[in-house]
Amino acid sequence: MAVQTPTRTSTTEARHAQEPPRNGPPWIEKWGGLFFVAPFGVLFAFFLLWPTVAGLWNSFFNTSLAGVKQEFLGLQNWREMFGDPAVWDSLKNTLVFTAMSTPPLVIIALVMALLANRKGLLGWLLRFSYFAPFVLPATVVTLIWVWIYQPGFGLVNGLLTAGGFAEIDWLNDENRAMLAVVITTVWWTVGFNFLLYLAALQGIPEQVYEAASIDGANGRQKLFRITLPLMSRTTGLIIVLQLVASLKIFDQIYLMTDGGPNYATRPIIQYIYESGFTSYRIGYASAISYLFFAIIVIVAVAQFKLFSGKKEAV
Amino acid sequence: MSGTVERRFTFPKVAIIVGAVLLAAVWLVPLLWAIDTSLKPEPETTQTPITWLPGAPTLDAYQSVLEQGSILRWFLNSTIVAVLVTSLTLLVSVLAAYGFSRTTFPGRRVLFGILIAGILVPPQVLIVPLFQEMSGLGLVDTYWGMVLPQVVAPVMVFVLKKFFDGVSRDFEDAARVDGATRLRIVWSVMVPMSRPILVAVGIFTFIGAWNNFLWPFIVTTDPSMMTIPVGLANVQGSYGLRYAQIMASAVLGGLPLLIVFALFQRHVVRGVGDAGIKG
Repeated sequence: MAVQTPTRTSTTEARHAQEPPRNGPPWIEKWGGLFFVAPFGVLFAFFLLWPTVAGLWNSFFNTSLAGVKQEFLGLQNWREMFGDPAVWDSLKNTLVFTAMSTPPLVIIALVMALLANRKGLLGWLLRFSYFAPFVLPATVVTLIWVWIYQPGFGLVNGLLTAGGFAEIDWLNDENRAMLAVVITTVWWTVGFNFLLYLAALQGIPEQVYEAASIDGANGRQKLFRITLPLMSRTTGLIIVLQLVASLKIFDQIYLMTDGGPNYATRPIIQYIYESGFTSYRIGYASAISYLFFAIIVIVAVAQFKLFSGKKEAV
Repeated sequence: MSGTVERRFTFPKVAIIVGAVLLAAVWLVPLLWAIDTSLKPEPETTQTPITWLPGAPTLDAYQSVLEQGSILRWFLNSTIVAVLVTSLTLLVSVLAAYGFSRTTFPGRRVLFGILIAGILVPPQVLIVPLFQEMSGLGLVDTYWGMVLPQVVAPVMVFVLKKFFDGVSRDFEDAARVDGATRLRIVWSVMVPMSRPILVAVGIFTFIGAWNNFLWPFIVTTDPSMMTIPVGLANVQGSYGLRYAQIMASAVLGGLPLLIVFALFQRHVVRGVGDAGIKG
């Protein structure tokens, strides 16, 4: 993740600098590399750079989706945004979702990796079970879970009533809907963090454990004194990746609750979507997009600081 | 029973295995419940108390879902989109990564800086201006409209460039002495040497493209152009409350990638390690 190679690259370049040119005429030698970058560069310019700039531009105008007339508004969209309670409510929902979903998505992933780090058929079966939901499309996941949360004959409520408990109308209860979405999300996406942890676990040399065994360490000591400390950098990486992923929440909530009941789960991206595609207010949607963008950049910069600092320590 | 201490099944070891299997069972239950429901006759799905296994298993639900036909069309669309996205992403990313790793041209550092900055831009931020752009280009409700924005994956270029940086230049120099062009070197030296990371990038690009919901949802309005995730979003409404049919379409929609994952588990697991941790 972290950028750390400029010194190495420049020394290898220096070593090869005295190579005689072998790529044809001098202008090809000088500019030829650009052709390798060009196909990606053109797509990047068209479908990433341009919309990024256009979004910022639009946020200063009163643009509708029809895009016929544009009226310069200056900072009016931005001022409206900061005074719009729906912006703050949806931002709060996004942050609540992030705060609720990140801890289980990290802790359960670590537990799963410790459990599934074994060879043979059992290892294969465990890895398959833990990761399988991750490969499903959001829609398949939500179809299944809406059915599971169904009042009356859904699986969860069926079990609750069979056990003598009262039914919960998960998705229509303002106080439970977010929890229901978080449970679904943990089930669906924990597999990715699980694989990151598993890769890190498999990277620990076997000799470390053998040496510890010779010194008389038991299983618990190996876990707490060797494995978990060696996992700390991976944990940092997973937490940051997860924070960014959780902040981008949209699919599950939109498909399961449509932001309801009574907007109790509507995330900021859904509000961007509704401002742009339901209210047709391109300029306003763009301003909110940039507010969200700023939050992601802050998290990412914090991540970079965290990791460039940590790298020296390890 | 073996004699050594390590091999004996001690209580903690058994407890760990039981815990691992129980957790796996919890994770599989929703999937099994979906399959279970899809095999029930329609009236049995809404029975209380709930029944565990269908009294008389039937494939009726699958038959009606397939007869309506749209799911096959969505399969086709998803396949076309995911294959195009994966192959184009690999193509342009490998070329760009080689360009940034091995060639020098004026402005290379600046361009790479812009690419790194591009990693930070969440696709969700771009939906509105990108849709405007696509309708301007007449690409709404087309495969290219769905595919092209997904091909721009700066993080893949970054991962591949870092990998290429670590590949020894000796092979390349040898090929050059033999008169190979740089394009030839990319194809017959760099690509074979980076096969594991390319498989990893390919698998994750494919899963991402197959499962992508937001962008295809925005850029398609015509049901015949929808991909599986987008098409299935409307299923709840169109089938009413026929849960066996809804679950049958969910199972059909999830099956292809589950099979792919079961077959390529080793590559997926190792790929995450290569791309995620070292990248």
